Amino acid sequence: MREIIEIDAGQISPSIESVLKCQGIPENAIPDTRILRLAEEAISLFEEHGRPKAILREITKKDFENIYRGEGKNAEETPIESIYNSSDFLALFAVTVGEDISTLISRLFQENDFAQGSMLDSVASESAEKSAQTVEAIYENYLRQRDSFPDSYGILRFSPGYCGWHLSAQKKLFDFLNPEEIGITLRESCLMEPLKSISGVIIVGMKEIFKFEDNYWFCAECEDHSCRERIEHVSNS
Amino acid sequence: MEILKQISESLEKGDFNRVGELTQQALDQGLDPKVILDDGLIAGMSIVGQKFKVHEIFLPDVLLAAKAMYAGMDLLKPLMIKENIPSIGKVVMGTVQGDLHDIGKNLVSIMLKGAGLDVIDLGNDVPPAKFVDTAISENADVIGISTLLTTTMPVMGEVVEMAKERGVYGKVKIIVGGAPLNADYAEQIGADAYCFDGVNAVDCVKRFLGAG
Ligand code: B12
Ligand code: SF4
Repeated sequence: MREIIEIDAGQISPSIESVLKCQGIPENAIPDTRILRLAEEAISLFEEHGRPKAILREITKKDFENIYRGEGKNAEETPIESIYNSSDFLALFAVTVGEDISTLISRLFQENDFAQGSMLDSVASESAEKSAQTVEAIYENYLRQRDSFPDSYGILRFSPGYCGWHLSAQKKLFDFLNPEEIGITLRESCLMEPLKSISGVIIVGMKEIFKFEDNYWFCAECEDHSCRERIEHVSNS
Repeated sequence: MEILKQISESLEKGDFNRVGELTQQALDQGLDPKVILDDGLIAGMSIVGQKFKVHEIFLPDVLLAAKAMYAGMDLLKPLMIKENIPSIGKVVMGTVQGDLHDIGKNLVSIMLKGAGLDVIDLGNDVPPAKFVDTAISENADVIGISTLLTTTMPVMGEVVEMAKERGVYGKVKIIVGGAPLNADYAEQIGADAYCFDGVNAVDCVKRFLGAG
């Protein structure tokens, strides 16, 4: 399957709490009303100017092996490698919230509206994450409808540039997926345009395959160890 | 002086209209623009920076204060240029060629300006030569380079090499920042410092300028 998905911006606009967290405001802090107003305004700006889109394409293990290897710069061992080798379904994806949002953020900064610009930047980053979650859910639904996603299955996504998967794998990923069709292009440096875009692979298989320890060498540099929460979610789903 | 204290306090609150009004009043009273800048605006911004450092206030508070600071600075800058009053230092900032991530670089620029430094922001996707050429032509004290991607990190090393070739290495200090970097990497490429955020960058630049 290969699908282009138009996402409603309202559906992926983030919660105020997640935006404030992204701004570095601790959960137990009580932000004043000015800050809350900035966050609300940023969310409504996003709902007006965000143009989220996604592309999703299933891929065989053999084809993915080549994409995963990329330019041969991955860490020697990664959690992704062992998981996809034991998986049953794989799909590549790319999502973007569009260029308009980045243009608006730049404009706010130019007009000295730094707090609003920075808040909108956080909203757009969070929304890009939520778009990726949405695509994951769409793929799960697609498999469920075909009775290919029993309760014993789990689903998890990974992106080049994380968890030992080198950013340079983006090139082969783009060759296969063609996200240019939804307006995402890749620079020589592997930067995607629009800036607020995410690419990666969605892996589906038995829940057990997703269990791994966060003790790879690159985990020492990882800020949030987000895999912990995500694999917990898999085992509880 | 009362009015300078009021400027500083209004700035802390992020009240940009009030800061603009008070700055104009201070000028009308015949106060020296440099004094208004140092003892009103920069004094206020420095308290904001300190409070941010100890997590008493948060990023949006700092950015609201910065907007207020600019409201005052916009009135003072033309006068300071006319009267040839030098700033405490000049920094050339940019995101390296191949990278468009600029929020972090922008936040650092805002903090540096808030500390009274002149910042020449080259934007993003900046070729190595442009950093060095601008630093030379503008007689800058510091080059600040940002990147968020591992693939573009080596470009920072190219800026350092170019500074060596043009004979300004050591004279123009080079600071680097961005998520995938660390102090070891900065040292490895020969940069003068790695800074993890804007407040840290202000401390670092002031140290280089012997002003803090
Ligand atoms: C939010 C985020 C996103 C968002 C938005 C992207 C954006 N930045 O606009 C989304 C979800 C869209 C995203 C996507 C991707 N991301 Co991302 N993302 C982040 C994250 C979590 C925060 C970045 C951010 O905005 N920070 C807030 C700003 C204000 O901070 P900052 O830019 O770092 O700047 C501060 C300091 O670094 C410093 N500083 C910065 N520059 C300078 C310069 C000087 C001179 C000085 C003194 C200081 C200084 O001061 C600033 C203020 O405090 C970082 C991880 C992290 N902890 O930073 C990863 C990170 C940047 N992303 C990463 C990756 C891999 C990606 C993707 C490639 C993943 C993928 N395959 O889809 C894509 C790429 C997108 C693209 N367009 O190509 C990697 C990049 C490293 C690498 N491997 O190359 C990081 C580092 C995560 C990681 N693996 O550790 N990302
Ligand atoms: S700790 Fe971080 S780098 Fe390591 S596997 Fe988990 S998410 Fe990936």
